[in-house]
Amino acid sequence: MTSGESPVAARARSAVAAHRGERGALLPILHDLQAEFGYVDPAVVPVLAEELNLSRAEVHGVISFYHDFRESPAPGTVVRVCRAEACQANGAEALMAHAERNLGDGVTVQQVFCLGNCALGPAVEVNGKLAGRVDAARLDALVASADPFERKVHTV
Amino acid sequence: MTTQTIVYVPRDAAARSVGADEVAERIAAAGGDGVRVVRTGSRGLLWLEPMVEVATDRGRVAYGPVAAHEVDGLVAAGMLDGADTDHSLGLTEDIPFLRDQRRITFRRVGVVDPLSAADYERHGGIAGLRKALAMTPEQVVEEVTASGLRGRGGAGFPAGIKWKTVLGATADVKFVCCNADEGDSGTFADRMLMEGDPFTLIEGMAIAAHAVGATEGYVYVRSEYPDAIATLRQAIDAAYAHGWLGESVLGSDLSFDLHVRVGAGAYICGEETSMLESLEGKRGEVRSKPPIPALAGLFGRPTVVNNVLTLGSVPMILAEGAAEFSGFGVGRSRGTQVFQLGGNVARGGIVEAPFGITLGELVNGYGGGTRTGRPVRAVQVGGPLGAYLPVDRFDLPMDYEEFAAAGAMVGHGGVVVFDDTVDMAAMARFAMEFCAEESCGKCTPCRVGAVRGRETIDKIRAGIDAEANLELLEDLCELMTDGSLCAMGGLTPMPVRSAVQHFGEDFHRSPVPLPTPTFGPNGSAS
Ligand SMILES: Cc1cc2nc3c(=O)[nH]c(=O)nc-3n(C[C@H](O)[C@H](O)[C@H](O)COP(=O)(O)O)c2cc1C
Ligand code: SF4
Repeated sequence: MTSGESPVAARARSAVAAHRGERGALLPILHDLQAEFGYVDPAVVPVLAEELNLSRAEVHGVISFYHDFRESPAPGTVVRVCRAEACQANGAEALMAHAERNLGDGVTVQQVFCLGNCALGPAVEVNGKLAGRVDAARLDALVASADPFERKVHTV
Repeated sequence: MTTQTIVYVPRDAAARSVGADEVAERIAAAGGDGVRVVRTGSRGLLWLEPMVEVATDRGRVAYGPVAAHEVDGLVAAGMLDGADTDHSLGLTEDIPFLRDQRRITFRRVGVVDPLSAADYERHGGIAGLRKALAMTPEQVVEEVTASGLRGRGGAGFPAGIKWKTVLGATADVKFVCCNADEGDSGTFADRMLMEGDPFTLIEGMAIAAHAVGATEGYVYVRSEYPDAIATLRQAIDAAYAHGWLGESVLGSDLSFDLHVRVGAGAYICGEETSMLESLEGKRGEVRSKPPIPALAGLFGRPTVVNNVLTLGSVPMILAEGAAEFSGFGVGRSRGTQVFQLGGNVARGGIVEAPFGITLGELVNGYGGGTRTGRPVRAVQVGGPLGAYLPVDRFDLPMDYEEFAAAGAMVGHGGVVVFDDTVDMAAMARFAMEFCAEESCGKCTPCRVGAVRGRETIDKIRAGIDAEANLELLEDLCELMTDGSLCAMGGLTPMPVRSAVQHFGEDFHRSPVPLPTPTFGPNGSAS
């Protein structure tokens, strides 16, 4: 660790070290950071650029291209509602509207296109846990029972 | 020790999404030492999940759907002895939905413990790899070509021809990459194979490596599939331990290392060149072709890119011979396809059947119509870039060429069902919205065309110059079809045009007000 370096930057260096020798390792590194902190701190960009011999613009370009990488933490319980066609056929748009209207403070509602649960829609993910056949009442119950401290972002 | 009753409960993500874990726990608690719970993949009868199977002298007996709070009652009623209860489905193999299928690629899914190498070999696994390693690469390529296997990821390109190109290329290193991005709505077969029988995919990739001279492989799995990722990683470790991967596979000259890489929520990364960019750690922007990936793919080296189901069909072709596989199917669509029934369907799940089965047999026969019980009005086949078809096209056989002739596509075999409450103008709008959202942004017809397309459909739905705007929409579709670099922009017109063609009345309904624009953080309207 370079003296005076922030803990985030130091963590970025150790993530790089963990993937040393892997081809094209930027995505696995970003996944590690996102899984640990729940977002990718913009402060890691210069560190990753230096370590991987890329320009800052390239690293930033990758982070901003992919929906999974957030540049700030998502507050509270994260609810991802599938809005793809198969879930729409079972009322996903109404469920999405319900979520945006009624799930208030402490809940981040996001749309996602397909969770691969297309025969048991509408599908929703609450803090990374997949649920099927979700109506408004079941969504409210899932959110109410979600453990705010056990946020499972993608552990990959 | 008294013999234990074996009870099978799926660990598939779909089954877990409706409570399979809790059911497995309750059964283990209720049965105590007398039962052993084995977590399998799902049989693909998803409307019956969580489905529990009990091993008996007669074979496996099924119960479903079983809720955790019902377990104690079912156990009291004799479920663990295979007795008849109000949840009984009879012998699993006799359930018509399953009995009438022809399971080849999915033969072990729901049957075996996905992480048991012993189970895998006992059920015919690794036989294909053994056969392949006793053959020359040329012979393996010839066998795959003779089987008529075509790419299951969407485009239907003959797998053997692609492999032959890679085999013929010389390079310091060659790659086999499996496309497990499965972004199409209505498709989940890749996921279910990876979760339910991952060794089949691994074996298929090792065979491909031998056939083309590759030493390194990657499975690119979308991040929305955490269970598949975890299962595949464990299976790869087990495969190394059994000498199915790594140096001198099964004692042969083949060395093959396999890695899992995880996507990051971008539909376009299912397009093969975008996937390769992503594997290289870059933005998932589509490359222009040529060069084709078979000659200059991952890091510029010759690369096989195939879908999960394509590679998953290879072990059987080698084990049982090309003729056995090509004996199924119609025309130039050989073998079976793993169809997926989703959306508003009464019996959703996996239907593996030979090509040639009609759309109606799938939707009404296997699927049993809609879940809501209302009439079927439309089905979308082949994902978000596939056509919407009306009920009067239910005679269409599932066949690449027949579908193309009907202005539609088989794609990855997903069939999404809608009842008569669907607004097809809204679905056409969604197709444009999806393209605008997921475009990689490299070419203008797609990036700008999709946004203009969405606005134009908004105007049509609002009753503003409907006829003129329908003409404008058609012009936009033509521009996107002809001018886009890849099939994202190039095929988005397919769902849009098919909606206009088959469900034109939905574009002339009572006006829907124009959506109020919302403004993003940088002031851009979205
Ligand atoms: C926008 C777009 C998305 C695609 N998504 C996938 C996908 O998720 N999985 C897949 O196997 N192929 C997908 N494809 C097709 C791939 O480009 C490619 O044809 C395929 O991976 C080749 O393997 P196959 O011949 O075994 O089908 C997509 C194509 C496009 C244009
Ligand atoms: S058609 Fe769309 S997704 Fe494909 S290259 Fe062009 S902008 Fe990218």
